[in-house]
Amino acid sequence: MSTKDALFEIEDLHVSIGDKEIVRGVSLVVRAGEKHAIMGPNGSGKSTLTNAVMGHPSTTITQGRAWLNGEDLTSLEPHEKARKGLFLAFQYPVAVPGVTVANFLRSAVKARFGEDRLKTFRQDLKARLRDLEIDESFVTRYLNEGFSGGEKKRLEILQMAMLEPRMALLDETDSGLDIDALKVVSEGVNRHSGPQTGLVLVTHYQRILNYIRPDFVHVFMSGRIVRSGGFELALELDKKGYGDWIAPAPLAAASN
Amino acid sequence: MEPLKHSPGAPPAADVKTKPELHIGEDYASRYGFHDAEAYFHKGRKGIDHEVVEMMTRMKKEPEWMRRFRHESLDVFLSKPMPRWGDTELLNSINFDDIYYYVKPMAEQGKSWDDVPENIKNTFERLGIPEAERKFLAGVSAQYESEVVYHSMRDDLKKKGIIFLDMDTALREHPEIVQKYFATVIPAADNKFAALNSAVWSGGSFIYVPPGVDVGIPLQAYFRINTENMGQFERTLIIADKGSRVHYIEGCTAPVYSTNSLHSAVVELVALEHAYIRYTTIQNWSNNIFNLVTKRAVAYRNSTVEWVDGNIGSKLTMKFPCIYLLEEGAKGEILSVAFAGKGQHQDAGAKVIHAAPRTTSRITSKSISKSGGRASYRGMVKVYPKATDCKVSVECDALLIGKDSRSDTYPTMEIAEDNVQIEHEARVSKVSEEQIFYLMSRGLTEDEARLLIVNGFIEPFTKELPMEYAVELNRLIELEMEGSVG
Repeated sequence: MSTKDALFEIEDLHVSIGDKEIVRGVSLVVRAGEKHAIMGPNGSGKSTLTNAVMGHPSTTITQGRAWLNGEDLTSLEPHEKARKGLFLAFQYPVAVPGVTVANFLRSAVKARFGEDRLKTFRQDLKARLRDLEIDESFVTRYLNEGFSGGEKKRLEILQMAMLEPRMALLDETDSGLDIDALKVVSEGVNRHSGPQTGLVLVTHYQRILNYIRPDFVHVFMSGRIVRSGGFELALELDKKGYGDWIAPAPLAAASN
Repeated sequence: MEPLKHSPGAPPAADVKTKPELHIGEDYASRYGFHDAEAYFHKGRKGIDHEVVEMMTRMKKEPEWMRRFRHESLDVFLSKPMPRWGDTELLNSINFDDIYYYVKPMAEQGKSWDDVPENIKNTFERLGIPEAERKFLAGVSAQYESEVVYHSMRDDLKKKGIIFLDMDTALREHPEIVQKYFATVIPAADNKFAALNSAVWSGGSFIYVPPGVDVGIPLQAYFRINTENMGQFERTLIIADKGSRVHYIEGCTAPVYSTNSLHSAVVELVALEHAYIRYTTIQNWSNNIFNLVTKRAVAYRNSTVEWVDGNIGSKLTMKFPCIYLLEEGAKGEILSVAFAGKGQHQDAGAKVIHAAPRTTSRITSKSISKSGGRASYRGMVKVYPKATDCKVSVECDALLIGKDSRSDTYPTMEIAEDNVQIEHEARVSKVSEEQIFYLMSRGLTEDEARLLIVNGFIEPFTKELPMEYAVELNRLIELEMEGSVG
């Protein structure tokens, strides 16, 4: 069962890619208005966790569940989750040649909110572009094609702004951003995080947490959360690095 | 999917505006595959021989040179073997004795839609032709079986001296100019199907644009086959005189029958100095039609010819639009899309001959094979000796959907001059899981995601079409894509 006042919850989630278990029993509760950071070294399985929650076809949830608003997500298709307000900002957004950003956003907005919402689409889009300091010509370009790393990340947050998710998972949104872009993108995220929404920020570095200040920080290693705490944990991590953390129990002991 | 490179240049701002929404749930059979009861003025017998040709030429009251041309062409057809390349198995399954070569639906061509028999008029209404005519066309030609049953052109264009007629009428009313150009670009002996067309041609369009005249908005022809085992052999000739401009669009559909029909057109384009011709085709024949078409253009000094060729329908299409760049500065562009679904073979391509210095060509071919369909790109670029400073660009992209789909590329380049600039790229790609997942994570269903990716793939083609046709093409692709998962 999901926790009573949880907006988003995962419980004892195990995820495999092929026959390799990557995520080895993760539980997390996000209440409305909360921001969580999941911090961990490269290859620890952070992206696998968020991909599995969204439903990436290469991942298999072998055990455990995820809920949004008390509704079980694990049996839903990715588009159904999106329509219910789950959002994943990708670490490596894929290019879709020939599909303009505008056409894509229009389809996505229609899928999320219905036909009626398209009446204000152009105004909404203009306003969000202004917020994120993106030139209007950007929307006539093909989706992620020939985009710089920074442009891709801006586009992810533009999508978040247009789709107004209840629960957003941001996977390494800070990577590839220079300091100015990081500020703009962070402001964008903050603007669309309110008392009704939840946020999970997956990151390697503490840097972005100066702009998006999390209420909770979780240290993620070898497919598990090994320690949770407040913002001070991020500062501690920054000083000590990941090396000093105690590795979780070996794989054999972890699986049932 | 490998990253696809597209030509730069922002798509039109129209993208941001509303493109009409597409609906799922209709199919070819109900939209285009219906057929009318036959109440024809004349329906000849099946099979082809000199008697049939003689009957046609007499009914059409043609001049002696055309009568002779037809009979000689028939001899060429009968003496030429079937092509020994391409999909020979399908080609050899054509039974020439089981085809109607000449069907005349009504005694006289209609001057207004009211002159056209009710059921035929209704057919074109269902296909949206009169509506398109009212909205955005400069002129319309509607061919039904062997004859053009309705034809119109705006008065202001007539006053500019533009001639837009069906080919039979043009032969009667402008014999000197027809005779001057007819079969000069594609002689009867060019290939077996060109010879057949030359023997039994009927209908098609004739266009002459006087020097310096810009037609401005498109002229359109629509070709409809209604009867079973029909052979449709329209013949089109477009002459753009010095410095003139014209855009011609053709579309086509047919009922769904279990037996096969044959569509074998010949299209000749002549672009004189500084002229511009764009010829756009949206081929949407039903899947029982053999579509074996010869299209060729000659381009003189500083002229431009563009073939924009979309092949969605038919059982087997063999079509390789060709441009002869005959004089300095001539430009040719061939942009094609082929969609091969289940049981279809789209054998399409392009051919460019650089016969003069400083000529430029660009071939962009996109094919989509789905559910076991087969798409072939067959291309030929030839640069003659002393045709210096030519530019050649060839780009072929194939997209495969489903396990058994097939794509083949047969590019040929014969370059007999060193001083030329040549680019050639060919790619085969699949719709990737990552792309589908990305789009689905934004709320699109798997089908919607796949459709968006396919529409994106052909976008370089679609963006060249007038808005109405772009919408229509996207809709056709959507029909073809239904239930394509797997």
